[in-house]
Amino acid sequence: MALAYQATRGCRALWLDSAVPEKNNSSLARTKGTPTSVPPILEAHQLTKRFGDFDAVKGIDLSIDRGESFGFLGPNGAGKTSTMRMISAVSRPSSGTLRIFGLDPTTSGPEIRARLGVVPQEDTLELELSVRKNLEMFARYFDLPRRVARERASELLAFAQLSEREHDKVDNLSGGMKRRLTIARALINRPDLLILDEPTTGLDPQARHLLWERLYRLKRDGVTLIITTHYMDEAEQLCDRLVVMDHGTIVAEGAPRALIERHSTREVLELRFSVDDHAQFDNLFSDVAERVEVLPDRILLYVDHGDAALQKVHDLGLTPTSALVRRSSLEDVFLRLTGRTLVE
Amino acid sequence: MEPRISPAQGWSRGRRSWWYHASFYTQTWRGSAASTILFPFLYLTSLGVGVGHLVQRHTGLVQGQTYLHYIAPSLLATTAMTMGESESLWPVLASVKWLKTYHAAVATPLSPVDVLVGKLSWVTTKTFATSVIYTVAISLFGATRSWWALTLPFIGALVALAFSAPLVAYAAGAESDASFTTIYRFAFIPMFLFSATFFPIASYPRVLRPLVQLFPLYHGVALARAAAFGQGSLPAISVHLAVLVAMVLVGLWWGRRTMTRRLVD
Repeated sequence: MALAYQATRGCRALWLDSAVPEKNNSSLARTKGTPTSVPPILEAHQLTKRFGDFDAVKGIDLSIDRGESFGFLGPNGAGKTSTMRMISAVSRPSSGTLRIFGLDPTTSGPEIRARLGVVPQEDTLELELSVRKNLEMFARYFDLPRRVARERASELLAFAQLSEREHDKVDNLSGGMKRRLTIARALINRPDLLILDEPTTGLDPQARHLLWERLYRLKRDGVTLIITTHYMDEAEQLCDRLVVMDHGTIVAEGAPRALIERHSTREVLELRFSVDDHAQFDNLFSDVAERVEVLPDRILLYVDHGDAALQKVHDLGLTPTSALVRRSSLEDVFLRLTGRTLVE
Repeated sequence: MEPRISPAQGWSRGRRSWWYHASFYTQTWRGSAASTILFPFLYLTSLGVGVGHLVQRHTGLVQGQTYLHYIAPSLLATTAMTMGESESLWPVLASVKWLKTYHAAVATPLSPVDVLVGKLSWVTTKTFATSVIYTVAISLFGATRSWWALTLPFIGALVALAFSAPLVAYAAGAESDASFTTIYRFAFIPMFLFSATFFPIASYPRVLRPLVQLFPLYHGVALARAAAFGQGSLPAISVHLAVLVAMVLVGLWWGRRTMTRRLVD
């Protein structure tokens, strides 16, 4: 699949192939600010989406390079899906500018969409049809000749590990299989940019890991990926760079590791005491940690050295029933930036 | 999100959507195709021959035709209406809301209008083909008296489109299928029964006749009858055609709005 994928991508016209060095090149994993002569694959300035009085996306700026894996994190209602629909050249921005492949989606929507692969939050498959037919029929939307559609369907079925099930009705597939089929379908036109909205939500760990492995393979083949996710481990696994969105704006941007360094400490010490409410420990640890978060069931101390901090806690004469030292994660950053309040 | 496009581009993309709907049908047709071919013969036998026998005994000819010949064209028109309707409500709501396959379609080079055009042209194609079968069937029963009968497949397709276009528009904007059954019960069943389908408009009470003429199906039935028998005045035929064409145009205008709002806004 990987080879076939690359072979035909060579025929793509426009500026992309002439200007970009071959794939599987480490320079593809660029971070923002790296000087480059290649225009970004996607660029947005003050991008806004308004529904009546409600501003779903409030003037965000983005620049995504070719070959990059770019993530959107954010709680429900943060504006991720509205952003994804705009950058899929489906929904029209209310204001601001957007360029995809250097083209304006308000005037070149069909041309842009011909080069995109979109994996929506819901699978949107034809449940009554066979696995193979779902791919072949979708290929016709891109005006691919029937023979090409058949060949690509076979390649993609192998890629998605669905060759054995090609004649089964989609209705009979497991959730993970449907998801893989949706991703395979999004690749039928050999897109330059693959947009995935919560690709692994609702899947079991085995299915998630298989999907990650497939997405990683695409990334290695030079496909630009844009991913929204609720899963921090997924973002850390797949994204070179990401933004955290909240209330329609971008509240942080950077590589996962850099975000952790910037917005959290190296380690976190989690303490539990045998009390009903941990609120009584408020203010007690201000000398021990850079930042203290008191939750109903535990206390989080953001520190550079967890073991040393635990020693200080013992020195204060306190004996927690449990103490855990762990590395700071993207989840800590996410919760710090977007808050712990439940969004529904 | 659509710029102005050339007719060639529009044709190419509408064709892709038509093709998609057509191949969906060819993948799932087995249950419905047999009934499509059998139904005209069953209807004509039970109503035309069976009920016709009674009518013949009691009242003789209906508007100069045997009862079988009288109802044959209206069966073609009502079948076209039923096909247009059955393709348009639930399948469209499924495509925009339950399965969201139309959302998948507009993530490709297709626009909501392309999807709409593909859908409606497929409904038109399918009812045209079915109407050809009907025309052959009623001709075998001797119910066509004029070369104008060759236009019956076009009339069938027009009737289907006249119902399908507004119903697709309605379904594309609907939030649930709760109203669909109501539409079916209180609009389609009465229209099916009382559009001068099974007895002439002259046999309705005088006050009800204008109401019957408000039914779009009445105009489809009248048109089919005029074609089958080669009878009818130009003004009357023009009115029948105008009503059906107006429904198509309203449906297109409305469908463009609801599909766009549903799929891309």
